[in-house]
Amino acid sequence: MFKQNTLHYLSVAGFAWLVPLIKLASWENPREQAQEIVRLIGLPVIAILVFLAIWSTAASRIDTSLGTFPGPTAVVSAAQGLYQEHVVEREKAVAFYERQNKRNEEKLARNPDAEIKIRDYTGKPTYFDQIITSLITVFTGFLIASIIAVPIGITCGLSPLLNTAITPIIQILKPVSPLAWLPLVTMVVSAVYVSDDPLLSKSFINSAITVTLCCMWPTLINTAVGVANIDKDLINVGRVIQLGWFTRVTKIAIPAALPMIFTGLRISLGIGWMVLIAAEMLAQNPGLGKFVWDEFQNGSSESLARIMVAVITIGFVGFILDSFMHTLHKIIAHDEA
Amino acid sequence: MSTYLDISQISIEFPTKTGPFKALDKVDLKIARGEFISLIGHSGCGKSTVLNIVAGLYEATEGAVILESKEVNAPGPDRAVVFQHHSLFPWLTVFENVEIAVKQVFKGKKSKAEMRQWVDYNLALVHMSHASHKLPAEISGGMKQRVGIARALAMEPKVLLMDEPFGALDALTRAHLQDALMEIQSELNNTVILITHDVDEAVLLSDRIVMMTNGPAAKVGEILNIDLPRPRDRLALADNPDYNHYRAAVLTFLHQKQAKKPASPPQLSSAEPLTEVKKAVGA
Ligand SMILES: Nc1ncnc2c1ncn2[C@@H]1O[C@H](COP(=O)(O)OP(=O)(O)OP(=O)(O)O)[C@@H](O)[C@H]1O
Ligand SMILES: [Mg+2]
Repeated sequence: MFKQNTLHYLSVAGFAWLVPLIKLASWENPREQAQEIVRLIGLPVIAILVFLAIWSTAASRIDTSLGTFPGPTAVVSAAQGLYQEHVVEREKAVAFYERQNKRNEEKLARNPDAEIKIRDYTGKPTYFDQIITSLITVFTGFLIASIIAVPIGITCGLSPLLNTAITPIIQILKPVSPLAWLPLVTMVVSAVYVSDDPLLSKSFINSAITVTLCCMWPTLINTAVGVANIDKDLINVGRVIQLGWFTRVTKIAIPAALPMIFTGLRISLGIGWMVLIAAEMLAQNPGLGKFVWDEFQNGSSESLARIMVAVITIGFVGFILDSFMHTLHKIIAHDEA
Repeated sequence: MSTYLDISQISIEFPTKTGPFKALDKVDLKIARGEFISLIGHSGCGKSTVLNIVAGLYEATEGAVILESKEVNAPGPDRAVVFQHHSLFPWLTVFENVEIAVKQVFKGKKSKAEMRQWVDYNLALVHMSHASHKLPAEISGGMKQRVGIARALAMEPKVLLMDEPFGALDALTRAHLQDALMEIQSELNNTVILITHDVDEAVLLSDRIVMMTNGPAAKVGEILNIDLPRPRDRLALADNPDYNHYRAAVLTFLHQKQAKKPASPPQLSSAEPLTEVKKAVGA
């Protein structure tokens, strides 16, 4: 029973390829499992190997002003380099805090009333810090977008009049590129968000808002369509029972539209992630995008390989985010997505 | 006979692209309390439209629906509807599907515990207690229809409206549900309007069969009183001359008097799929 549940959750979570491995481990139909393993794991592995081979031969033939284009091996060593830098930086931080504590203790020992200062370590952010920053930013932007888009979408879905009224606005705003929003957002945030000791940095807010502006549309449109297309009989049941407005929204409209809402959210998060990298690059906001830009400006012989590491990271994180939303959808919504 | 529900000279026009379409023309019907009425007629004649007007889901262009001397023109739980396609909320369990109606209808009149009991009682009435924690997707079509009936009964409606409730079911399941409905009916003595395509079903269940003329501008064609003693047993009725006489009368109406030009007679045991798109007015 426990195994069944685990297997079910694995396939729901998009790890279907793990299922035959686990079944094989418990010696369940070993022949069949072996075939499954070849299909689910063997084929993708072969495809990746072929891709790496093509990449490495092609790369060695491309000469740029920064040396030859990095092949897989160069990228792996660049990744190791980034990890080393991260470790070194962390050690420095630990050492810094130890020194500071010691200094403060000595100070207090000499004079118990002494005023002690605790400073944060301000080393340069490592590659992993950049990833975390990007993730926090994209989720902030995405969250704001969802909080705005879902209620508006539901209202539009419930009211055909409102929907007709604002559809043109949505259609025009939807295709606007983040690069066009960014200068406006930056100027508005500088003008509006003035504080001596800001809790959140301006650059963070700029990126998050740009993400919001670009990624709210799919959620809004999908939610509206989902709510508008609820089975008429179900709506009639609600009318016959004389459900109040609130119950009708929470017990009928939202659950019925949940699959569509999740489809929208999933698309939104994907767009948000793409937009974020562009915004960080252009606006020099911390995160993976800025990392790419800095390496590009840096122009050392290592740069291209490090940018390739970032490219792969961005793709990988995007994939994880998408699987995450897909899993959430399967767990929460009542359809066979 | 004293009138309980008065469908008084109702007509309806639907606005369409090619101008207004008059679906019903002065449909008139008086129904006594506790009476079981079947509406029968060819597909597209306007049976569902009549039912939807009584339910308050559509608004008649002319005429009125009067229930217990009061005009009704908005939907309400006093006229509960059982839809052809069960219309259970897929995200609620069987129990919750009935409960959502009970909570709304008996708000402030029953305590929480009484409401739970009432839900259980109605599920027991349709023999669905064993599945009360299941989701609609986990039960069969016939079971869903039972739950739909339980939900409607739980509202303690003055009139129970059923739009081809068994139309999508196989013959055997349908027979079971017809028996269940007769049993419930003998106990609760509801006022019922049932739409059906099935002549046997109409004769078996009804006190009166109302036959509608073909649309557009459909009206009540003939009304047939069914004077068969209750409780009725489908096997015993098979050789009953009265039963066969009633059956023949309905068939004659449908296939001779109201014969459709491109012959598409209503079948005796399986309903036709709905082809028209229904739009609720003002939904
Ligand atoms: N909302 C609407 N707008 C326009 N025309 C409609 C609408 N609802 C019903 N009609 C038309 O009214 C007529 C009667 O429809 P209705 O659904 O009442 O038929 P019915 O007797 O229930 O048919 P069936 O047995 O196939 O269910 C049909 O011609 C249909 O096209
Ligand atoms: Mg109909």
